[in-house]
Amino acid sequence: MPTAIRCRQLTKTYAGRPPVEAVRGLNLEVRTGECFGLLGPNGAGKTTTMEILEGLLDPTEGQVEVLDLRWESDADAIRRRIGISLQETRLSDKLTVREVVTIFRSFYPSGLDPAEAIARVSLEEKARSYVVKLSGGQKQRLAVACAIVGDPELLFLDEPTTGLDPQSRRQLWDIINKFRQSGRTVLLTTHYMDEAERLCDRVAVVDRGEVIAVGTPSELIARLGGQHVIDFTLAAGQTPPIEEFAGLPSVTASRVDAGQFGLTVAEPHVALPALLRQLQQAGRELATLTTRHATLEDVFVNLTGRHLRDNE
Amino acid sequence: MNPKRYYPLLQLTASRFREFYREPAAVFWVYGFPLIMAVALGIAFRERPIEKIKVVVREDVGSPEAVAQLKEQLAKDERFEVAGVTGEEWKKRLRSGKTDLVVAPATSGYELWDEPNRTESVLARHAVEATIYKQSATNAPPLDEKHLEEKGNRYIDFLVPGMLGMNLMGGGLWGVGYVLADMRVRKLLKRYLATPMKRRDFLLSVLISRMLFTIPEVLVLLLFGYFVFDVKNQGSLGSLVFLIVFGAACFGGLGLLVASRAKTIETVSGLMNLVMLPMYIVSGVFFSSERFPDVVQPIIKLLPLTAMNDALRGVMLEGKSLDELGRELLVLAVWGLIPFAVALKIFRWR
Repeated sequence: MPTAIRCRQLTKTYAGRPPVEAVRGLNLEVRTGECFGLLGPNGAGKTTTMEILEGLLDPTEGQVEVLDLRWESDADAIRRRIGISLQETRLSDKLTVREVVTIFRSFYPSGLDPAEAIARVSLEEKARSYVVKLSGGQKQRLAVACAIVGDPELLFLDEPTTGLDPQSRRQLWDIINKFRQSGRTVLLTTHYMDEAERLCDRVAVVDRGEVIAVGTPSELIARLGGQHVIDFTLAAGQTPPIEEFAGLPSVTASRVDAGQFGLTVAEPHVALPALLRQLQQAGRELATLTTRHATLEDVFVNLTGRHLRDNE
Repeated sequence: MNPKRYYPLLQLTASRFREFYREPAAVFWVYGFPLIMAVALGIAFRERPIEKIKVVVREDVGSPEAVAQLKEQLAKDERFEVAGVTGEEWKKRLRSGKTDLVVAPATSGYELWDEPNRTESVLARHAVEATIYKQSATNAPPLDEKHLEEKGNRYIDFLVPGMLGMNLMGGGLWGVGYVLADMRVRKLLKRYLATPMKRRDFLLSVLISRMLFTIPEVLVLLLFGYFVFDVKNQGSLGSLVFLIVFGAACFGGLGLLVASRAKTIETVSGLMNLVMLPMYIVSGVFFSSERFPDVVQPIIKLLPLTAMNDALRGVMLEGKSLDELGRELLVLAVWGLIPFAVALKIFRWR
């Protein structure tokens, strides 16, 4: 299968005291036509990785190939074929949507008509509005319109929906899905689990500058050994050691975080009665108990012992 | 593909214009503020009308013919404002300063009463003496009084080229420096860099729009000076236009350098003030730079705003041609080109 992006042993160290290793030995392969997500907490190195792939930063070490080209020798050719939405760009307040998109269009030798790009992100009604009058979601859609107006084969989106309301997020997901359905490649970063699960064909879980797991969302969840999670807390803030529950039948993984116990289980109908029996025997009282499907959040917690949005 | 053509240089330049005129506050500060300053300073330092010398003739002394002759003689000189008094009124007037000089016919000739403590009074006495002698001494060499009343040596004539220079500097530094730093802070430079946009197009668009903005700026100031204060350009219009464009480009280059690394608006504002404030003071905007001690004159002469102001005044006030302003143009060119070249080398895009 052809690849859109390939990078090997990517490292980026920012000079300083002490030097900050934002990316350390990151390997990645994004296939043509897929939507690939970089998933990880803030500060994991996602944005640094993106900016290296976008040619905005030079890696300290490692090799990068974008659309089978290299930044050192073919920067212009790559730039003509990719589209980018940065994490935060404040476009000029007093220009209209159409004017902004037209400026970006003028940089590309070929591409969409600005009106077409605006239509693809459903901003037709706002085409004559000043940027300053747009809502957060509309601004983000405008950023995407600027990214696709050069008709790119590969689209980079850095946290496209961060800070948006649920409806705006869904609108963006639709836009991204449509783009992908036309056979093009998307690489996006997010720290929203549901976003990665809904949008991405494959995700790479990034933590501390490294990829710690790659696969489709369902593969990663399956790798937990169970599709279900039992969350419970005990009355009066009791926190017995997690080992009490780790050995219960059908439990594949267990964790405790601030009094909240989480058991990943393959078969809830086996694990649940065993858990209740165990609690009864130990004379412990349940405060809350829920069961749910496992998510990428559980994958991350299992891999790192930390929550994705810990440091927000 | 797409038959429609898009010109990045045009688009970028147009966007600079749109952003500017859609911001009424910016338009005011760029065009309105210098005008208000010119009006205020122009009024404060306007030329006072020449004050007339107030002379009083005593009408109840001597013969009526002598009084009439005296009045007639004095009336020939426009500087005098002649009035007649009777009785002791003349003393009161002289004492209270309402009159500068009292003249009365005497047995032979005239009596002149002055108030020696008042300069005006003494001056009035000299003036009247001179007038009377000139008219009565037939064999005296004819004296022709001349007055230097040429336009061009008033304060407003000095001020307008200075304000022009100040505007060109401020416009170049703010218009280029601030705009670039602002775009960098907003990550817009970085976003542009991620496209196939040519950096040359971008920087050119900033400089071109700066030069074009200069036109109305300069026109407003010059036309205002011309129509309100009758400030004229003694030199050729071509030289003036050339100087203005040349100066705008020079300060644009300086603005580019100031903004080439700054990561925040505060940094760039500080740097710009550092560059501009000393020149506002020493480069002869509001008063001549020659008032500073001789020791520092060579340094002051090397500053771009001094060169700009000297050159503008050379053309506007002295009617010099460009080849008489070689030194100033060289100073400006060096200040424009070197910063521009350095800025291109060290410019921070992200």
